[in-house]
Amino acid sequence: MKKVFGFLFVILGVIVLSACSAAVSSATATVSAPSAAVMPTSAVTATAASVQSGSPATLTVMTHDSFAASTGVIQQFEQQNNVKLQFVPSGDAGAALNRAILSKDAPLADVFYGVDNTFLSRALSGGIYEPYASPALADIPAEFKLDAQNFALPVDYGDVCINYDKAYFTQKNLPVPQSLEDLTKPVYKGLLVVENPATSSPGTAFLLATVAHFGEQGYLEYWKALRQNDVVVVNDWETAYYTNFAGSSGQGAQPMVISYSSSPAAEVALAKTPPKEAPTASIVAPDTCFRQVEFVGILKGTKNRALAEKFVDFMLSKSFQEDMPLQMFVYPVNKNAKVPDVFTQNAQVPTQPAHLDYQSIEKNRDAWLKAWNDAVIK
Amino acid sequence: MGKTLFQNMRRGVAMPFLWALPLLFLAVFFFYPLIAIFRLAVTAFLEQGLGADTLHEVLQPLEFTFWQAALSTLLTMAVGLPAAYVFGRYRFRGKNALRVITTLPFILPTVVVAASFNALLGPRGGLNLVLMNLFHLADPPVQILNSLAAILLVHVFYNTTIVIRTVGGAWEQMDPRLEQAARVLGASPARALWEVTLPLLRPSLLAAALLVFLFDFTSFGVILLLGGPRFATLEVDIYIQATQMLNLPLAGLLSAVQMTCTLGITLIAAAVSGKGLTPLAPRVQGEGVQPVRGWRSRVAVGAVVALLILLLVTPLAALVVRSVTRLDANRGERGQVQTGLTLEYYQELFINRRQSIFYVPPIIAARNSLIYAGATVMISLSLGFLTAHLLNRRSRMARLFDPLLMLPLGASAVTLGLGFVLVFNRPPFNAIGFPFLIPIVHSLVALPFVVRILQPALASIPISLRQAARVLGASSWQVWREVDFPIVSRAALVAAVFSFTISLGEFGATSFLARPEYPTLPIAIYRFLSQPGALNYGQALAMASVLLAICAISIWVLERVQWDTLSS
Repeated sequence: MKKVFGFLFVILGVIVLSACSAAVSSATATVSAPSAAVMPTSAVTATAASVQSGSPATLTVMTHDSFAASTGVIQQFEQQNNVKLQFVPSGDAGAALNRAILSKDAPLADVFYGVDNTFLSRALSGGIYEPYASPALADIPAEFKLDAQNFALPVDYGDVCINYDKAYFTQKNLPVPQSLEDLTKPVYKGLLVVENPATSSPGTAFLLATVAHFGEQGYLEYWKALRQNDVVVVNDWETAYYTNFAGSSGQGAQPMVISYSSSPAAEVALAKTPPKEAPTASIVAPDTCFRQVEFVGILKGTKNRALAEKFVDFMLSKSFQEDMPLQMFVYPVNKNAKVPDVFTQNAQVPTQPAHLDYQSIEKNRDAWLKAWNDAVIK
Repeated sequence: MGKTLFQNMRRGVAMPFLWALPLLFLAVFFFYPLIAIFRLAVTAFLEQGLGADTLHEVLQPLEFTFWQAALSTLLTMAVGLPAAYVFGRYRFRGKNALRVITTLPFILPTVVVAASFNALLGPRGGLNLVLMNLFHLADPPVQILNSLAAILLVHVFYNTTIVIRTVGGAWEQMDPRLEQAARVLGASPARALWEVTLPLLRPSLLAAALLVFLFDFTSFGVILLLGGPRFATLEVDIYIQATQMLNLPLAGLLSAVQMTCTLGITLIAAAVSGKGLTPLAPRVQGEGVQPVRGWRSRVAVGAVVALLILLLVTPLAALVVRSVTRLDANRGERGQVQTGLTLEYYQELFINRRQSIFYVPPIIAARNSLIYAGATVMISLSLGFLTAHLLNRRSRMARLFDPLLMLPLGASAVTLGLGFVLVFNRPPFNAIGFPFLIPIVHSLVALPFVVRILQPALASIPISLRQAARVLGASSWQVWREVDFPIVSRAALVAAVFSFTISLGEFGATSFLARPEYPTLPIAIYRFLSQPGALNYGQALAMASVLLAICAISIWVLERVQWDTLSS
């Protein structure tokens, strides 16, 4: 038996010598020492810290993976309210929601941000939120306030639109499609890449746009026509945008992709030497885009109700709303929030996005996805 | 405690105590969350029931899952076995470098592998650009992405190293005298190989095949990203049902089917492998390894090395090349792409351009990754040695425990992740606040590897060697140091390398458990890839190249340390 422990000893020695002696000791340091830019730490330290008088409370915020914010804006909130924010990204919107529903009885967080209108019904029927009529709702137009009882409060919106590579259409002297129907014309054969609605949120949104436009009776026929016209289907936005799309830095083969109306602005904002104009643009003709509204809510059973309310107010306030566009590439719902110039100059906003009410989305989503899969993939 | 405990153990009294550690680990971190999620799925099933065509929805992905896993395993063995032979029997220049490089695919997160195969074989990939320029073609001639061929190719890319490391390692450790005896007695080289060498290698061959098969069987990212929407394994369907359709009963059923299959496959492998363990070790370390002499050997070694470079090294090279290449201007021209060299993606990694609260400098992400990987190696090797030792005693308990040990490989990451959320929601094991859940989950995946690699090595030590040493007056510490350790150290190193790389590259569970302030390298890479923008793609590839470099250096250091220990 000594032998076993001897082995362990040598193995540990090897490891410790090789790379990790510094790393292992700093593992504990990482866990317990809050550094300037980094947020609160493990539950253990949080308890230890709160024993001292006046030390900040911790508010846990569950988000989807795309959540982002500026350090300055977050720190301001933390200082004003003597609170430490702990963010918990929990997968894409669907995975995060599932996580919130599963942990309903012992909530992992105080606030949950990231449910969109395609999942709203499920979130509400899952009973994960406490209602909160934030005073900040006064500044938000009625069109975004889908939940009249204020369990879920709108934070931002974004439009899923077809992006196109401007240069391609100019050089080929090809008119940009102006409707969903145009996409089935032979001149656009093989030029569009879409995401699988079963695995991708923009993919789902575009499918919903076609359902809204052609109706439950007609959308499958439309998709069959698209298939005839060699539409390319991939599973995720990353592949569609960076591998297949010609307008991104991936330089793919399809000059049209399902992305967001804000993506052209991102192409400018996230370049080292920003181009004079965006290399891409969105098709924003009536009914070609689908609007996603994202919501925040206070999780049922929170022990920090007062702080949670403050955080929701903060998310709807001007400072956070104006920070969102360049962090998450979404639009603010607060009518007083200004959108950065790079958005107004490079991103088009559809005036008439396709519309489906959220209850019917929840009711039919599975059936639509399945029928789509049978019609387009098999 | 040393002596009494030691004596007790010898008498077998302490056996339950020893079993307790690995068993407890599996029970707490694997079965407990899993049972919790299954209970929930069953409750939901009793409330909602399953759809009408459930049988079809299970059988269809099941059939494809088996089919692609079997094909992938065959191909991987076909590439891996010759390579294992060359690595186990020949000494040649660049062998160690090649061994390190062929390990690298294993650590790459699938997002990055998809990007690098795209950089090589995609419509704008290196191969297509060259062909289009050479033959003045308007459209890319090679269209392999989103096909079964792409899935198989990438599975071979990923898993060949398993065969090289496990079988190649065993080959190197095998006493060459039996084969030589067969040759002296007149057997042809083929016959000696077939009737002597391969049977001797059977445990590690089966272990490698089993690991490769299970990895392919539960393949997720490769199918999703490179196979495209036409292909779905059980794991892909579990993900879709659990996170997109929010259909927990079906997700639960699918993962139960997947785990049952894993268990079944493991049991079959155990039955086939039987008691074929012959203790055999070379008299001198590296005795069977020879330099490349004669044209036959030259051709064999040359061909294998060329194949490995083509299959495993070129995609990696394409990734690195792409991370310093700018594809420029002329957007819209489908044929012409201008290129230029640039280091700007690497420079950008160090700039927090948007003052994002989640920005993490690459060095910090690398440090996080190394900490988790180091912890994973320690946990999985400690538990692995205990387990391997006990499995080798061939008690009834061992026969029960053995297949259970492989289950974590067959458990869907999504299911386990949701289970973790269900049960680890209070301090100290808080899915949010307890960062060591990450190396623990990595160890769950690494443990089957570690055990499968250590067990044959431990079993191969002839008891006579130990007895001889004891008779000659060696203490048990000396026996261990002079006899056991030199023989097992090679396997221990292989096991360490695997658990290290598994941890460095793991993405699924980590993304579920990692706090945004402490991302690992794969998570940082994924963050870049999930937003549009000219810089993000390049930065993702630059970060992936950094991950490759860190992993290569770590493996190299590990092997160096081991050689130094051996030679001193």
